[in-house]
Amino acid sequence: MKRSTVLLLSPGLLLIIVLLILPILQMFLPTFVGDQFFLEKYLNFFHSSGNIQVILRTLMIAVITTLITLSLGLPTAYWMSRLGERWKKVVSIIVLFPILTNAVVRNFAWITILGKNGVINNLLMQLHLIEKPMTLLYTNFSIVIGSVYLFLPIMITSLVSSFSQLNFEVEEAASVIGARPSIVFFKVILPQLSVGMLTGSILVFVGSLTAYTTPQLLGGNKNMVLATLLQQQSITLGDWTSASVVAVILTVIAVLVMTIMNYGTKLMDRRNAK
Amino acid sequence: MRTKIKFSSIVGFLILIILVVPLLIVIITSFGEESAISFPIKGFTFDWYANVFQQPDFVEGLKMSSIVAVLASFLALLVGTPIVYVLTRFDIHHKDWFQTIFLSPALIPEIVIGFALYQALVISLQLPLFISLIVGHFLLCLPYVVRLITAGMMEFDESIEEAAWMVGYDKVSTFFKVVIPNIKQSVVAAFILSFITSFNNIPISLFLNGPDLNMLPTSILNYLENNYDPTVSAVSVILMIITASIMILAEKYLGLNKLT
Repeated sequence: MKRSTVLLLSPGLLLIIVLLILPILQMFLPTFVGDQFFLEKYLNFFHSSGNIQVILRTLMIAVITTLITLSLGLPTAYWMSRLGERWKKVVSIIVLFPILTNAVVRNFAWITILGKNGVINNLLMQLHLIEKPMTLLYTNFSIVIGSVYLFLPIMITSLVSSFSQLNFEVEEAASVIGARPSIVFFKVILPQLSVGMLTGSILVFVGSLTAYTTPQLLGGNKNMVLATLLQQQSITLGDWTSASVVAVILTVIAVLVMTIMNYGTKLMDRRNAK
Repeated sequence: MRTKIKFSSIVGFLILIILVVPLLIVIITSFGEESAISFPIKGFTFDWYANVFQQPDFVEGLKMSSIVAVLASFLALLVGTPIVYVLTRFDIHHKDWFQTIFLSPALIPEIVIGFALYQALVISLQLPLFISLIVGHFLLCLPYVVRLITAGMMEFDESIEEAAWMVGYDKVSTFFKVVIPNIKQSVVAAFILSFITSFNNIPISLFLNGPDLNMLPTSILNYLENNYDPTVSAVSVILMIITASIMILAEKYLGLNKLT
């Protein structure tokens, strides 16, 4: 390597090593030492059914959020990609605005909607459809609603970019030779979109898996996920080692999911290129 | 085909309404006179906006969040731009490997970064919170800078650079007089996106703020734990106005598609 290359790359490399990799290692290492068996702290963690529940809840919320945003995002992105230039721009702004607005604001909006005296309960009580307010807030349901609201615009944005590369002539050709609309959609359109769908799914899945603000504001104390458990163990309880165990588990799941899904995207990219 | 287009138009239109209505409700509740948030509102007042500016945590938080966002974005550009230049223009081995390292802060969950930095920088090295905050937000911004500047460098024609070398510019002045002006749009876009990302961040700031050092989003989070009044709606509207202003500026100088 030339000297100028080393000179230009080393400050950045050094910063990443000192400020990210070493702190992460410093956090990881104590979770593996000090016991007879190096995974003892992890065995203890998985021994508690409460902790297992937290992991399952975290994964379930991420899966459901990804599936809902995908199924709502697909028709929306399809519709957007067919709009005229001017309307497309207006709609893109409406989709982009929430992405750039603080998550606290967007979750707070759902507290006012789902709360005991919230918009939905008030409306249903005034219509005499219910007598007592329903418990909508501080449930798994409210976390999913909040996450879908948070991540849907991101899913739409990644789908729109792959829709805009879509070859509409192939679609027309398929229907000209007599393919039914449902066949055209599943056999012609969907395969062309697979890369965009995967990219969007990675962003949404990992995003909701590691999200802190939404489960904190909409989940309450009972419906913990890994991120809120990490915060509770460290800031509230001051148990740094347990918090580190949670941090390692969360990181491993996130990195594993991202690596597998990125690999899938690459495979599909290569297949499509052929 | 017609039925499918109709179906997707209905869904698309409904989704737009669902995206907008919750934010509209927040805007409306910020003007209600009752001290508990209610919808529809009773009366009309600007008092809650005045109350926002009487909360020291919010005022100080807004200042601190802006300062940290500007410094972190600037640092990320300063470190990130030369890296991207080397990775896109020089012929080096294991290019993917380097790229992964510089994008790695985006791989680690933000809350884990905050927690790790708190242990390493604040507890072990006894660094001031402010420095640790800047470090955390710099790590947050770096992947955005690397991604956007890489895209900019890909679009920029290498032969323009070679022409500058031929007329006698050395590599350093070519970088500042030819490369930077040509990728200016990407640099500005990277700055704007970094600023917004840092300004809105919660999980990293969560661990790195203290009694004397408040960031706006975490202050709102703390406020919400003990209060539920339209002050939160009012400060939310202020945040929305900031977002909208940044979007208008970005649209005017770059075109919004540069940001996604």
